[in-house]
Amino acid sequence: MKHTLQQVFHSSKFVTGFCIFAAILLTVIIYPIFVPNPPLEIIAQGSFFPPGTYVSTYDTVFSSKAYTLNLPDAAAKRIAAKLGDKERQDIKDYLVLVGVPEAEIDTTNTIQLLSQWDKNYDPSKKISGMIFSKVRYYERLNKSLTGLLSEEGLILAAPNIDTGALEQIGTINLADYVNIKEVASVRTLPLGTDNFGRDVLTELVRATSVSLKIGLIAGLIATFIGLTLGLLGGYIGGTVDDVIMFITNLFTVIPSFVLLILISYSVGQEHRGPVMVATVIGFTSWVWTTRAVRSQVISLRNRDHVNLSKLSGHSLFHIITHDILPYIASYVVMALILQISSAILAEASLSVLGLGPKTSIDPTLGLMMNWAMIYQAQILGKWWAYFPVLIVIALITFSMNLMNTGLDQVFNPALRD
Amino acid sequence: MTEKKSCLKGVGLTKVFGLGRNKNMAVDHVDFDFAEGEIVSIVGESGSGKTTLAKMLLGLINTTEGEIYFKSKKRDIRSQKAKKEYWTNIQAIFQDPFSSYNIFNKIDALFLDCINMRGGKKLPYEKKLEMMTEACSFVNLKFAELTNKYPFELSGGQMQRLMIARIFLLKPQILLADEPTSMIDACSRATILDMLLKLRNDTGMTIIFITHDIGLAYFVSDKVFIMEHGKFVESGTADEVILRPKEAYTKRLLNDVPKIHEEWDLSTVDIKAK
Ligand SMILES: Nc1ncnc2c1ncn2[C@@H]1O[C@H](COP(=O)(O)OP(=O)(O)O)[C@@H](O)[C@H]1O
Ligand SMILES: [Mg+2]
Repeated sequence: MKHTLQQVFHSSKFVTGFCIFAAILLTVIIYPIFVPNPPLEIIAQGSFFPPGTYVSTYDTVFSSKAYTLNLPDAAAKRIAAKLGDKERQDIKDYLVLVGVPEAEIDTTNTIQLLSQWDKNYDPSKKISGMIFSKVRYYERLNKSLTGLLSEEGLILAAPNIDTGALEQIGTINLADYVNIKEVASVRTLPLGTDNFGRDVLTELVRATSVSLKIGLIAGLIATFIGLTLGLLGGYIGGTVDDVIMFITNLFTVIPSFVLLILISYSVGQEHRGPVMVATVIGFTSWVWTTRAVRSQVISLRNRDHVNLSKLSGHSLFHIITHDILPYIASYVVMALILQISSAILAEASLSVLGLGPKTSIDPTLGLMMNWAMIYQAQILGKWWAYFPVLIVIALITFSMNLMNTGLDQVFNPALRD
Repeated sequence: MTEKKSCLKGVGLTKVFGLGRNKNMAVDHVDFDFAEGEIVSIVGESGSGKTTLAKMLLGLINTTEGEIYFKSKKRDIRSQKAKKEYWTNIQAIFQDPFSSYNIFNKIDALFLDCINMRGGKKLPYEKKLEMMTEACSFVNLKFAELTNKYPFELSGGQMQRLMIARIFLLKPQILLADEPTSMIDACSRATILDMLLKLRNDTGMTIIFITHDIGLAYFVSDKVFIMEHGKFVESGTADEVILRPKEAYTKRLLNDVPKIHEEWDLSTVDIKAK
C-alpha cells in the first residue's frame, strides 16, 4: 500500500493533476475562512461591476490625514482618463456636425479642442440623424469634461442642520492624496460583481465547492451502480447478465435526461437540495458505465490468468476483486472522472430548466453560467461573470484527467518504465 | 501400461458453441480413458478443439453432453466446494505464459496461493520459503532472484518454468499442459519438456500434453490421440500412431513437420524417460 502510494507520487502527471486539484480544493476550503460573507449576498446596486478595488468616496474625503503629493504627471493622467482617443474623435465628429471646419480641429491639442467644445456644444440643439443614445452620450461626455482643465480644487459643502443652508466644510486640492490603507471602507472585488450585484469570486468559490460535491456524489453513485452491475453481468453471465442487460437497455432507451427532468420535477422544489440533485443525477447516469465495464469484463473473464485463479480455488469475490477489478481500475477511475464532469454539466442543464437545486443559499457552477447567459454577459463583454466559471470547470476536468493518466501508469505495472 | 488404473475417462464428451446456423461442434463425442502415470498427447491442428476439451476436463466450462469420470467415479463439480476439491487433483499449464499471470500479483503471491491450497496456510514462513525455494530449484530458477518480482519481468521461457514450479508445489494427480511450449523459443522448449518428464517421473503424475506438433508428441508421450474437427480420429501408443499412421490426417500432420526425427534424435535423446 505504502509502496503504491510512493509510486503514485512518482508519476509527474499525477502530481501535476493532484496539485491543481488540491489547489482548487484548498481554495474552496480556506477562502470562506478569510471571506466569511454569504456567497449570494447582493452588495452592488446595479449589475456587472468590473473587477477592481472599490474605495468609499465618502470615507476618502474624511480620511484622517490628507497628504500632498506633487506628482508631475497627475494632470496629464487626469486628462487622459477622461479624454482618450475615442472621446477626442467623438468630439471632432460632433464639431464637424455642427459646422466647424474640419481643418481647424486638431484632436491632439487638448486645450484648443476643449475650448472649441465649450463654444459649440449645446445640449438643446437638435442635430438631425443623431440617435438618442448618442445624444445622451454627448451629455454625459460634456458633464465629465467640466472643469477638466481647472487648476482650482473643490470646495466641500454640507447643509447646516438647522438652517438648511450650505456651509463650506473643507476643500480638496488637486494635489491632495489619501493613503488607501487609511480609508475606512475598501473592498476588493477581484472578479467584480454579477448581474444581481453579488461578489463573483465569493460566489464562484462557493459554487465550485457545491458543484464538486454534486459531481462527486453523482459520480460515485453512478460509478458504483455501473461497476457493480457491469462486473456481475459480465463475469457471471447467463440469466444474471440477461436481467442486468434488460434493465440497462431499458434505461438506455429512455433518455436519461428526460428521466432526470421527470424525477427532479416530481421531487419538488422544496426537497431539491444539492445532495438530492446529485443523487438523482447519479441514479440516472450509470448506464454507460455498466455497458463499458461489462464489455471489459467479458473480454477479461476468459483470459488464462482468470482460469488459473479459478484453478487455484479462489472464490468468485476474490476473482472479481483481484483478477478483474485491477485490470479495469484505471478504466473505472476514468469513467468516474467522466461521470463527475458530466454530472457537473447535468446539474447545469437542469438549472437552466429551473429544476436545479434551490438557489437561495447555494450557487453552483451551472447556475452561474446560466445567470451569465440569461443576462447576456458574453454579449456585453462582462467576461468576469462567465470566464472564471469556465476556467474552473476546465481546471477540474483537466486535473482529474491528468491524475487518471498518472494512475494508469501505477495501476498497470506493465506500463511502468 | 494399459493394465494401470483409470485416472480420467471421458464418454461421449461434446461441446457445442453457438446456436442454430452458428452452431459449432468444437468437441464432438470423444471417448478416452487415460491411465494413472501416463503421458498422453492430444495432437491436432489449430481450431480442432483441443483447448475446448482441456477446459471441459478442467471443469472451467460446462460440457454440452457426455460424462467425465475421475478415478472411475463420475465427476460432480456442481458446487463451489466440489470444484475446489477437484482442482486439488487436476491442474493446468496454459499456452500463453504472458496472459497466464495476474500482472498485479508478485511471484511470491502466486506460490503462497499454491501452498495455501495444499493446506499449508498455517505453516511458519520459513517453511513456506523452503518450499518455494525447492519448487524454484526444481525448474532451475533461484527463488531469491524472483521474490518481490512481477511475472512480466521474466522471459516467456522463465514464466513457463515458473508454471511448472507451481505444479510442483501443488502436486496434482493430473496435469493438463495446453501447448505449453508453442509460445516460447526453441531453446526453452527442450528445457520445459525435460521438466515435464521429470515431474512425471518424480511424482507419478498423469500428464495430458496438448500440442499441434506431432514430433513433440512422439518424444514425450506414451499414448497419442489425434484430433480433427473435434473428433479423435486415431489413437494408440506413440509408436503405433506416429511410425505407422493409418489416417490421412495423421499423415498430413507428420508431413507438416518433416525433419522432426533427425532433429530430436540428435539433441535430446535422453529426455524420453521410457
Ligand atoms: N468461447 C468460445 N465461443 C465460441 N466458439 C469457441 C469458443 N472457444 C472455442 N471456440 C471454437 O471452438 C473451436 C475449437 O477451438 P479450440 O478448442 O480453441 O481449438 P484448439 O485449441 O485446438 O486450437 C474453434 O472453432 C473455435 O472457434
Ligand atoms: Mg488451443
